[in-house]
Amino acid sequence: MKKKTGIISKIYMAFIMLFLYAPIVVLIFFSFNDGKTTVWKGFTLRWYTELFRDSEIINALWNTLIIAFLASIFATILGTVAAIGISNFKGKKRLVIQNVSNIPIISPDIVMGVSLMLLFTALGVMLNFEMGFVTVLIAHICFCVPFVVLNVMPRITRMDQSIYDAALDLGCNQWQAFFKVVIYELMPGIISGGLISFTYSLDDFIITYFTRGSKFQNLSIEIYSMTHKRISPKINALSALLFLAIVIIMVLINLRDRHEEKQNAKRT
Amino acid sequence: MKKIISTILATTIIGSSAACFSGCGGGYDGEVNVYNWGEYISLGEDGLLNVIEEFEKETNIKVNYTTYETNEELYNMLKNSNVSYDVVIPSEYMISKLIEEDMLLELNFDNIPNYDNLMDRFKKLECDPEGKYTVCYSWGITGLVYDKTKVSEKPTSWEALWDKNLKGQMLMFNNSRDAYAIAMQLCGINPSNCTKEDVDKASEKLAEQKPLLKKYVMDQVFTEMENSQSAIAPYYAGDIITMMDNNEDLDYSRIEDGANLFYDAMCIPTCSKNKENAEKFINFMHKPEIAAANFEYLYYATPNQVAYDEYLDEDVKNNKLIFPEDEYLDKCYVFTNVSDDVYSYMQEQFVKIQAD
Amino acid sequence: MKSRKPSIPYIIWMLVFTLIPIVMIGFTAFTDKQGNFTVDNFTKAFYYTDVFIKSLWIALLSTAICLLLAYPLSYMITRMKRSTQNTVIMLFMIPMWMNFLLRIYAWVTLLQNNGPIDTALSFLGIHATYIGNTFAVTLGMIYEYLPFMVLPIYTVMSKIDNGLIEAAQDLGSNNFNVFRKVIAPLSLPGIISGITMVFVPSASTFLVAQYLGGTDDIMIGDVIEKIFWTDQNTGSAISLIMMIFIFVFLILMNLFGDEEAIA
Repeated sequence: MKKKTGIISKIYMAFIMLFLYAPIVVLIFFSFNDGKTTVWKGFTLRWYTELFRDSEIINALWNTLIIAFLASIFATILGTVAAIGISNFKGKKRLVIQNVSNIPIISPDIVMGVSLMLLFTALGVMLNFEMGFVTVLIAHICFCVPFVVLNVMPRITRMDQSIYDAALDLGCNQWQAFFKVVIYELMPGIISGGLISFTYSLDDFIITYFTRGSKFQNLSIEIYSMTHKRISPKINALSALLFLAIVIIMVLINLRDRHEEKQNAKRT
Repeated sequence: MKKIISTILATTIIGSSAACFSGCGGGYDGEVNVYNWGEYISLGEDGLLNVIEEFEKETNIKVNYTTYETNEELYNMLKNSNVSYDVVIPSEYMISKLIEEDMLLELNFDNIPNYDNLMDRFKKLECDPEGKYTVCYSWGITGLVYDKTKVSEKPTSWEALWDKNLKGQMLMFNNSRDAYAIAMQLCGINPSNCTKEDVDKASEKLAEQKPLLKKYVMDQVFTEMENSQSAIAPYYAGDIITMMDNNEDLDYSRIEDGANLFYDAMCIPTCSKNKENAEKFINFMHKPEIAAANFEYLYYATPNQVAYDEYLDEDVKNNKLIFPEDEYLDKCYVFTNVSDDVYSYMQEQFVKIQAD
Repeated sequence: MKSRKPSIPYIIWMLVFTLIPIVMIGFTAFTDKQGNFTVDNFTKAFYYTDVFIKSLWIALLSTAICLLLAYPLSYMITRMKRSTQNTVIMLFMIPMWMNFLLRIYAWVTLLQNNGPIDTALSFLGIHATYIGNTFAVTLGMIYEYLPFMVLPIYTVMSKIDNGLIEAAQDLGSNNFNVFRKVIAPLSLPGIISGITMVFVPSASTFLVAQYLGGTDDIMIGDVIEKIFWTDQNTGSAISLIMMIFIFVFLILMNLFGDEEAIA
């Protein structure tokens, strides 16, 4: 097995990483700026203290995270299960279902946002509810599920059906076979689907904007509202903290993975 | 993997219950739903008062505070979605429209004694001549901000935004009403109200300007001007002062013939379910120290006479861009509500100019 | 694993939250404000043909560059150690978790005149404007959507059996042929997902062009957003046209993709 990385690919990788992280560095850099502009006025930590006193931002952050967690979890479950079912359709029927499933991906966010708003407003009048947390959650699940289906589907079609049959032969029932065998085969697809869902949900602005009603406020709405005046460095401070949190989580997961890998290596 | 999932689940559950704590608002005597412009209230930055917290402390009423970006967004929310707000802060022309369409409640001024603190000029607004529905929140005029290193002569007319020598360095409002107002003034049309023919004339003027412009901007005007990226831009008085604080090369200029006088006022929409709390909120916003804190945060002029007299610094009081003298204000025009038909025509034409 | 039943909840879901809303958009596009049937909205929509074409062009360009960048990248990642692979993929995802408006704002700071990039390059004797033009808009798009090209391609590539590659090598294929005959065809589904996930949002997004572009870089997403507040009907009509366009593009691409995969 060749696992060498050549010098050219290392340089290339470094270049891409620079490209990806330069704006993040800028964001974090200005969270320490003692001024509200992008002109350096000296070092300060005051935005960090003011951030925690700003209940509006903290509340918006919670809403963003909760929606992203719930939407990606629901979407992952619904999408994985659906992908298994869809994979058993053949020919035209399957094509139709897959294409309909892809509609939220191929239709522009702005169209989805407005069309869902039309729907929720109509339903709201009929069933007497206000738009808010639940409608935003549903909207987010809507655009997340297709990504899960899209990522899990190739795994299913490429999966060796005999693994599943073997599990059945060895005395597993359908459920056991699924949870003990199949799911591991699908896991990379499920994880990337889930991650994409989570990422899209965190990042979404347009669809939330149209489906949020009056009281629901997440980070991107908060930031967009700020653009009427100017973006507060508190938001930069928040981004810096989020960045730190994400990096810590990633490092922990990675260490654990390495640990597990070593153990697996020992076992075999 | 299991561990990750359970961690995520645990975090989520903690998260949702935390959201409920703040949302269910146990221990408050009622609530008030405030729908305001983004960044339009002092929330404790720069050592100023956190106005909302102060209100909650004083009255024990929970404030649900949300924000919008444009008057039209506010209007759509009130009109089309099934929502309830108690206090909204639209601009003058939107107030006329809301009053025309019976979407505002009459205020009970017995609950708003601080109304007496208001400057006489801003007690009865043009959009609400009897003063039944509104309490002015803030006001200002439009003007020019320019970079002294790039523009040698202090401009006195909007014509400066058509200056061929500054091609590619000028900014313009990315907002149809403000952009058309400038063009109309130059075409000799009163921008307060207008017809489709007026819009057409102004469109020509704006189309002439487009190739000379660097960008149509709103908020980006701050970065552009503060970082010396552009030479000149029209904007709102309060914001121009903020920009000048951040870049010594900037200066302001007033338009000789007068400019747009705008104001935003607090109103209670018909969908309100907590009218008394709303009135308490409105009253609270005009306590002199609260109005002063909001002013110092915003730099948009306060209509509160007591705050002006007792709390503001002399140099701010004497700033002729923030608080122009009455003679200048008399020359200014105030937007009124143009019919939907004309307004969407204007909007459409503006998009077309940008798309050409 | 053989049953179709698991797809039922999702099929119902799609009916309610995907199909019905589209019907509603279609209805709005073909009616006037009073709800009477009309095709005027489409006449109005055609005014924006130029913007439309420009948006498609920028989206196409961004997608192509993303693909060019992402494909070798994904391949390199699959050549790494398993644990390193996970780390690198994570490194690609992390920037996406910062708010997209903020990232665009940060690019404005990076690209502006006398900003970091300008200063660095003028030190090397290169003088140019990096913001307020189509270049900046395309760069913004690539930045926003590159990870969504890398992920699906990587996912598919990492699934390619190493045995296949080794077998091809044993049979005398050189590296280029291994790539052409084994890796490229097998990674095609990933490429197609990637193109879908980059092209669609970059064709329809709004705000990116407003921040990074100049007066000539308005995109169709911006037009829809601006128009919708006053004229939902025309807005719907433009949206509908755009959806159909994107739909046709993707169907063509899928047909092409399938043939390639079979051949």
